[in-house]
Amino acid sequence: MLSVSNPLLVVEHLTMRFGGLIAVNDLSFSVGRGDITALIGPNGAGKTTVFNCVTGFYKPTEGRLALARSGIAAAQDVADLTQSGAQHKQMPSGDIYLLERMPDFRIAHKAKVARTFQNIRLFQGMTVLENLIIAQHNPLMVASGFSILGVLGIGGYKASEQQAVEKAKSWLERIGLIDRADDPAGELPYGAQRRLEIARAMCTDPVLLCLDEPAAGLNPKESLELNTLLRSIRADHSTSVLLIEHDMSVVMGISDHVVVLDYGTKIADGTPSEVRNDPKVIAAYLGVDDGDEMNPAHGGAK
Amino acid sequence: MATTNKNDDGFNWAFALKEAAFAAIITAGLSFPILALRTDMDISNKLILNQRWSWLIVAAVLVFVGRLAVLSYAARPKSTRAASTAPQSDSSKFIAKWISAVGLLALFLFPIVVTSALGGQGALKWINNYGVQIMIYIMLGWGLNIVVGLAGLLDLGYVAFYAVGAYAYALLSTHYGLSFWICLPLAGILAATWGVILGFPVLRLRGDYLAIVTLAFGEIIRIVLINWVDFSGGYAGVSSIPRITFFGLPFNDNVGSFSNFFGLTYSPIHRTIFLFYLILCLALLTNYVTMRLRRLPVGRAWEALREDEIACRSLGINTTSTKLTAFALGAMFAGFAGSFFAVRQGFVSPESFTFLESATILAIVVLGGMGSQIGVAIAAVVLIGGTELLRELEWTKQIFGQDFDPAQYRSLIFGAAMVIMMIWKPRGIVSTREPSIFLKEKKSVSGDLVAEGHG
Repeated sequence: MLSVSNPLLVVEHLTMRFGGLIAVNDLSFSVGRGDITALIGPNGAGKTTVFNCVTGFYKPTEGRLALARSGIAAAQDVADLTQSGAQHKQMPSGDIYLLERMPDFRIAHKAKVARTFQNIRLFQGMTVLENLIIAQHNPLMVASGFSILGVLGIGGYKASEQQAVEKAKSWLERIGLIDRADDPAGELPYGAQRRLEIARAMCTDPVLLCLDEPAAGLNPKESLELNTLLRSIRADHSTSVLLIEHDMSVVMGISDHVVVLDYGTKIADGTPSEVRNDPKVIAAYLGVDDGDEMNPAHGGAK
Repeated sequence: MATTNKNDDGFNWAFALKEAAFAAIITAGLSFPILALRTDMDISNKLILNQRWSWLIVAAVLVFVGRLAVLSYAARPKSTRAASTAPQSDSSKFIAKWISAVGLLALFLFPIVVTSALGGQGALKWINNYGVQIMIYIMLGWGLNIVVGLAGLLDLGYVAFYAVGAYAYALLSTHYGLSFWICLPLAGILAATWGVILGFPVLRLRGDYLAIVTLAFGEIIRIVLINWVDFSGGYAGVSSIPRITFFGLPFNDNVGSFSNFFGLTYSPIHRTIFLFYLILCLALLTNYVTMRLRRLPVGRAWEALREDEIACRSLGINTTSTKLTAFALGAMFAGFAGSFFAVRQGFVSPESFTFLESATILAIVVLGGMGSQIGVAIAAVVLIGGTELLRELEWTKQIFGQDFDPAQYRSLIFGAAMVIMMIWKPRGIVSTREPSIFLKEKKSVSGDLVAEGHG
């Protein structure tokens, strides 16, 4: 297991059972602050289940998911917080949240974990701009006095909304969709929808961005653009990225840390070059015949 | 139901005729026992069989012609169909802007114009049966539009909140002597509370399940009102509810009344006109609040909830409280409308709050175009005004005989209108969605992209 010196998210002994089926079995790994961590594995390995546990869409059967919104999730403090029975506490090492105790929307709102979906979930009938404004729901809700002041027209809601629009505009410029701001999201081409979903997640100001197969269905040029976008997210924002991906040019190109799952258990955990050469990974996941996919020249080394 | 779209330049007559003939044969087969055969009792109380073959032929011919018309409509060139999104043309923007302004002005002038044209007695019917009646349904439609149109939660028991509002005023005013102006907000708050009470258990339900539970809730309220006689008077209802006053001035012929105070000759039309303006203001309040909320985070969250609930949760939106606010707000407006109903009628009974009422309000919302305020208003005028108009068609008796009552055909016409609408405009009269915010140019979103909500 790669030792992460500044863990943002520490997953310990995560197990998820659906009736008799064990989707994730005693999985432990860490996500470093400021890193891009990739979660890979064959279809049905349990990657999306891990995501659903981290983002609260599933309640894990067993295990602990500790996230430090600021600082680091130090082992002693995480243990103390677990003892206290609370969801969240400001600990000496950091502002720690226990995700397995929180409902999904609170994880997004309070612990600041944003996610995208394998099958894109945009608000199709709403415009591109509206999609990005809705992502800023919680701060705007406070600004509108929980709608009561907003209906009466009292308070600084207009200014806050303008700020939200500015933020949306800066993201639209970044993903190259500024000219389509007033078009319905459902009319965008597939690649643009993927980028918009990432921008929408980023509008919630996350500390951890979870991307579920962001490169699925993209052509090579679009995958390259995605790499650039993800690198720039890491460089310009204090956002760490956890991603599930099958496209090895993305995984090997941008990841700092790769965790490999197979049948719900972790089979490898390390830097891309370590994982690439791990015989277990080659055997179980990539297969001998697909070994050429892992060629650095093809995949594009860092 | 194959269409002949392949053949774009010409209309496939052979196919259409075959289809139409087939439809006519089915009609003849299905309606044969009802239309062609009729049993009557003769003078000695014996059953005799009358044959009415002409009826059957008329029905079959009507269906034949109708099917042919539908097919030729479906086969028209594709280019005439609307593109999925087109920026609004200047003329349509102009129309959209003026239709509400002109409509509003017309509504405010309506009682004055009608009274001066027809005089007190003649105007009473028009203002009461058309004006007030339609405005109540517009308000209810706008209230339900929040729940069904914006938040996408299918509510089949909306009339329950209307009942709560009506009984709130009826009971509070008869037992405690509270005035209408105090009861109005109380009725709204009570209805909203019931909205939340209903909302809590059904939050996890979606789509059909939600619809069934809300339907049951509507029936529960009605049945409680029927059976809890000590509380609500049962079938007898609550009568002699205090009538509306002009902020304390009663509408009657006595000293200190409205007409006396303003030095007018007493006429019952004064009360009706006041009621009209009152419901107009209440409906406009509903509209104003809804339009404002649509541009606030909570309104956007409702629409986002209708589009995709899971995505909402992933963005940190508390879907529970979002749904509850939609239920509570929709219920509150129904409560206002209910207490207005009670003060207008002076009498409430469970008979007024049947499932048919919920269905009518829902039909107004669906027909209007879910989420569209102006569409709902137009649909209410067409459905409720149309029903009232059927009573006016005295001349039809000269064609069909003295026994003919066009109002009896209300449900039939209502049903046919719904079917035709669903074929012609499946997403309602106004099928496009107006974005709540725009950067450069406001473009309507095609109804094809907008989700209907899954509960």
